Amino acid sequence: MKKSSVTHKTGFWEVVKSLLSGLRLTWRHFRNADKRRAPVPVMDENYFKQPEGLVTLTYPYEAIPVPENGRYRLHNEIDDCIVCDLCAKICPVNCITIESVKATEEIGMTSDGTKKRLYAPVFDIDMAKCCYCGLCTTVCPTDCLTMTPVYDFAEVDIKNMIYHFTDLTPEQAEEKKQLLAKQQEEMAAAKAAALAARKQQ
Amino acid sequence: MLAFLLTLMLLLGIVIVLAYAERKVAAFMQDRMGPTEAGPYGSLQSVLDVLKLLQKEDIVPAAADKKLFKLAPILIFAAVFAGFAVIPFTPDLIPAGIGIGVFYLLAIISLDVVGLLMAGWGSNNKYAMLGAMRSVAQIVSYEIPAGLAILSVVMICQSLDFQEISYQQGVLLNRFPGLEFEKNWLFGIEALGINTTNIGGITTWNIFRAPLLLVAFVIYFIASLAESNRAPFDIPEAESELVAGFHVEYSGFRFAILFLAEYSMMVLVSLVAVILFLGSWNTPLPNLTTLKLANWTTGTVGELSGILWGGFWLLSKTFVLLFLQLQIRWTYPRLRVDQLMYLCWKVLTPVALVIVLLAGIWRLLMV
Repeated sequence: MKKSSVTHKTGFWEVVKSLLSGLRLTWRHFRNADKRRAPVPVMDENYFKQPEGLVTLTYPYEAIPVPENGRYRLHNEIDDCIVCDLCAKICPVNCITIESVKATEEIGMTSDGTKKRLYAPVFDIDMAKCCYCGLCTTVCPTDCLTMTPVYDFAEVDIKNMIYHFTDLTPEQAEEKKQLLAKQQEEMAAAKAAALAARKQQ
Repeated sequence: MLAFLLTLMLLLGIVIVLAYAERKVAAFMQDRMGPTEAGPYGSLQSVLDVLKLLQKEDIVPAAADKKLFKLAPILIFAAVFAGFAVIPFTPDLIPAGIGIGVFYLLAIISLDVVGLLMAGWGSNNKYAMLGAMRSVAQIVSYEIPAGLAILSVVMICQSLDFQEISYQQGVLLNRFPGLEFEKNWLFGIEALGINTTNIGGITTWNIFRAPLLLVAFVIYFIASLAESNRAPFDIPEAESELVAGFHVEYSGFRFAILFLAEYSMMVLVSLVAVILFLGSWNTPLPNLTTLKLANWTTGTVGELSGILWGGFWLLSKTFVLLFLQLQIRWTYPRLRVDQLMYLCWKVLTPVALVIVLLAGIWRLLMV
């Protein structure tokens, strides 16, 4: 049995035929240039069913939506954060830096009802170090640390890759620290007074 | 002087459109978008490219042969541009209506080779030298089948004047001084007895007047691709191996000139193909009994309508051929040097010789 695909094609008319079929191919693509691939996400059932038309995505103007469970830029909703430091501890590359200051009194509630007792004068995530493993988001007890669908955040200065999530200005942080120190001083003084009073008995 | 400036302006305009079309056509054939940012649909892209090139530094390599290096682009462009002098744009508009236009064109385009060799040698660069040598070998070789194909047209038309050849291919045949009593016959065979002098249109185009010129046209078209260094015969430039061939060391204005010369060459060979084979500035629509399509789409010679129709038909046919050149570039892979020479010497040249012989016989049938 002869297979036409394996027989070596020679002769003038075979050459002409193959030249014409080449031209037909490019002409077909040229004619289909009025169609465009739709920017549908990979989850879409039509994702692999668009064989015709231009494939270019004019990126900054249009983009393929990312999957919902994709891991991209981190975001911390500081209002819901209880500054538990779990994320910083589990981070394999140590890209999260947290400093905490105890509050002198209860400072509010997170949206899921957990009481907040710590201020965070420093809550920095260095996205240049981040390895996008997503461990921090799994350990977060209040779900305030999340992965967003933002993936295009390149910076000219690498310093700008450090994201600051604190809601305190340096002055406010200093104030809170002094409040805490004052309270602790007072408590220490009260304790000392109580101790002295007990000794006198 | 006016003709010089007008032709230069027209040529610049066509080249700008062509450079943009090349990028868009290439993109569309490869399912890309091409330029989109500059102007609507990126239409200002090639204008901006030219402006960018003009601002760039004109670098002359320290080890280059400076005189040759500097002169080469100007010589190349001058050689190609001089060819436009004998191109008839409309029935009564031709920069220089000389009687030996075809001969002059072939001669002046050959000067191009000298410029290429100067550029390649002057650059003192291996790639440039290789590119120039390949280019010269290729152009000199392919001038033979191209010249023979043109010769067969000249034998059929019995003229070296582009304007006379143009007049012969349409309803205006008898308006040309000296051709008042000429007649066109279907397929050029008088014995068939079908007079097409007043039918015009496509029936009097050279490829119809003497159908064997269709073969000559194919030969000429292939050879013209090689002469303008276009794919699939672009081994002199071969982006992937020689970087850019003879113009690898050029930058700024001089590169712009080389680029312009290359695209002008494409336009010129397409114009010549249209004039010699595809009816020049004549309309493709024939006169049918009462529908005088040919007369309607020819206009009146010497008036604005004649100029507009003539220019329109000439340029639109040229653009069809240019599109074909672009499409071929993005369809076929590059030939090897030996394949290139094989095609030229062992296929095209013998076939073209046979065509010349048959054209002589055909001419006997026409009178």
